[in-house]
Amino acid sequence: MSKIKAPKGAPFARILGVGGYRPVRVVPNEVILETIDSSDEWIRSRSGIETRHWASDEETVAAMSIEASGKAIADAGIAAEQIGAVVVATVSHFSQTPAIATEIADKLGTNKAAAFDISAGCAGFGYGLTLAKGMIVEGSAEYVLVIGVERLSDLTDLEDRATAFLFGDGAGAVVVGPSEEPHIGPTVWGSEGDKAGTIKQTVPWDRFKVGDVSALPLDSKGEIKFPAITQEGQAVFRWAVFEMAKVAQQALDAAGISPDDLDVFIPHQANERIIDSMVKTLKLPGHVTVARDVRTTGNTSAASIPLAMERLLATGEAKSGDTALVIGFGAGLVYAATVVTLP
Amino acid sequence: MAATQEEIVEGLAEIVNEIAGIPTEDVQLDKSFTDDLDVDSLSMVEVVVAAEERFDVKIPDDDVKNLKTVGDATNYILKNQA
Repeated sequence: MSKIKAPKGAPFARILGVGGYRPVRVVPNEVILETIDSSDEWIRSRSGIETRHWASDEETVAAMSIEASGKAIADAGIAAEQIGAVVVATVSHFSQTPAIATEIADKLGTNKAAAFDISAGCAGFGYGLTLAKGMIVEGSAEYVLVIGVERLSDLTDLEDRATAFLFGDGAGAVVVGPSEEPHIGPTVWGSEGDKAGTIKQTVPWDRFKVGDVSALPLDSKGEIKFPAITQEGQAVFRWAVFEMAKVAQQALDAAGISPDDLDVFIPHQANERIIDSMVKTLKLPGHVTVARDVRTTGNTSAASIPLAMERLLATGEAKSGDTALVIGFGAGLVYAATVVTLP
Repeated sequence: MAATQEEIVEGLAEIVNEIAGIPTEDVQLDKSFTDDLDVDSLSMVEVVVAAEERFDVKIPDDDVKNLKTVGDATNYILKNQA
């Protein structure tokens, strides 16, 4: 048996830069109320959401990703050709072949970086970050670009009063690179496939291939509805608040960080009520800055954590070097939590 | 030891007070969580989880929607507590 040379990577990894892109069009609750019977007060009280961004035809998954990534690369102070891998977490890129990551890697000017997409719903960013850390420590890439990007407006049923107001579009990206000290803690992650039905797409894409219109949902005008994301609100709320608080606590414990050591909490921006209840359940001390980007960005699934991170740093609510707990959770059901040093 | 009806109503009143800020004396058997006590569907989940812990009972999501009044919840807990 021949001896294979051991891979050699960096001792540890850290997030070196972050960037975000929010579509130009800001959509207030009044626009949502054109298609559902509800009120601005109801939407705000159930979700905290005041406005969200919806992408135009030009603001594609690739275009938004390239904008966010350009900022992250500049923030990290590296050159695009130093990036060894591009990981794109998304559930709303509608051409499965090829992966959108390859086009993004090319347009950013990387030197033939490895590039692929992952599907892990609202936990996509944490899954991507975990892969990036592994690649850097194992040595298959020196720098990895992790992008969370969604056009959830394309997957929103505007006539469903339980979800029409929730979703938004945008892209967030981070550059992960080598470090002499640990700046990304152990990931606590997993899946609960027995709850797959609690957040799901209304109909699978291949239903359209069959051509049986009677099997497809119709809107109020009798037109065939594009697939949309639906959820069982109460079941998701219970799981997100009470089960995910345990996972968040496990991530703190795994990193050896007490709530008193924590500066920032960046949960997936699903709903402000979930965020409020998580903060209460975790008993986070008052000095911890809590991301509430959901108010003006809505739920952008895989993009929400890097977008919220970028905004906290841009507004000065958080600063470089702060210790942050990040947790993503969503369709699968899947989750991923870890503690990071902010770039 | 299993809680009595009176203890359950008292416990629910404290939980609803903590979560929704409703005075404990307003929480009575005939009161609807949504219509009378300003407990919306998400706060109801918090009430249910707190009640599960306090009364050592499991209340699955499918059963939560049937608990319209304080009386419904009290009877459910009476029947199902360990």
